[in-house]
Amino acid sequence: MISPRLTHSAKAATVEAMQGGKRSRRSRLAVLPVVGAMALGACVSVKAPDKPIVIELNINIRQEVVYRLAEDAKNTIESNPEIF
Amino acid sequence: MARKFVTRVIRHQALRSLALGLGGVAVTAGAFAPGMVMAQSRDPAYAAARASGQVGEKMDGYLGFVVTPGAALRALVDDINIKRKAAYAAKAQANNATIEEYALTSGCQLILNTRPGEKYQVPNGSWQTRGAGAPQRDSRCP
Repeated sequence: MISPRLTHSAKAATVEAMQGGKRSRRSRLAVLPVVGAMALGACVSVKAPDKPIVIELNINIRQEVVYRLAEDAKNTIESNPEIF
Repeated sequence: MARKFVTRVIRHQALRSLALGLGGVAVTAGAFAPGMVMAQSRDPAYAAARASGQVGEKMDGYLGFVVTPGAALRALVDDINIKRKAAYAAKAQANNATIEEYALTSGCQLILNTRPGEKYQVPNGSWQTRGAGAPQRDSRCP
């Protein structure tokens, strides 16, 4: 008569404790990406205020390409004086 | 610049009539002549805006506004820039380059071509008035 009561209460306690443990681990994992996103967001906002955007766009153009095109560009300008 | 161009047109027309007389070479010379004849000099309003420093040559190969323009000037310059882009696109494709590469290269030359008193964009992005000496250009300019 006594032992079933003890078994019941013991089981109930164990399950509750396990669920509690799982819950807290999950919530910790769920918080991680949020913290990561906040950290990334902070990095971007620090870089943002820069003045010359035009120059940044042209950085990919290499000098050798400019040299190769120079003569042709000169001819294009000379043969289209109404737009240059 | 304009005088140089006129002489060239005359030379081409002379060449064309000579070729027509000869018959056989007419096709080659004729192919060049229409483009040269079609080409005109600057619109007077555009020429005036350049001379007065309202518009200037940017590093990227397009015209920019040094001061806020009126509606008419804005429309005129926008139109020129669209035509420039079309020319850059065609030439870039023919040269296996991107429009931006061809436009930047043209910008190098266009800044070099500015007359004293005209405005151009210097590498730090600000407007500068062309003086008697060489202009400040991008380090990649030939």
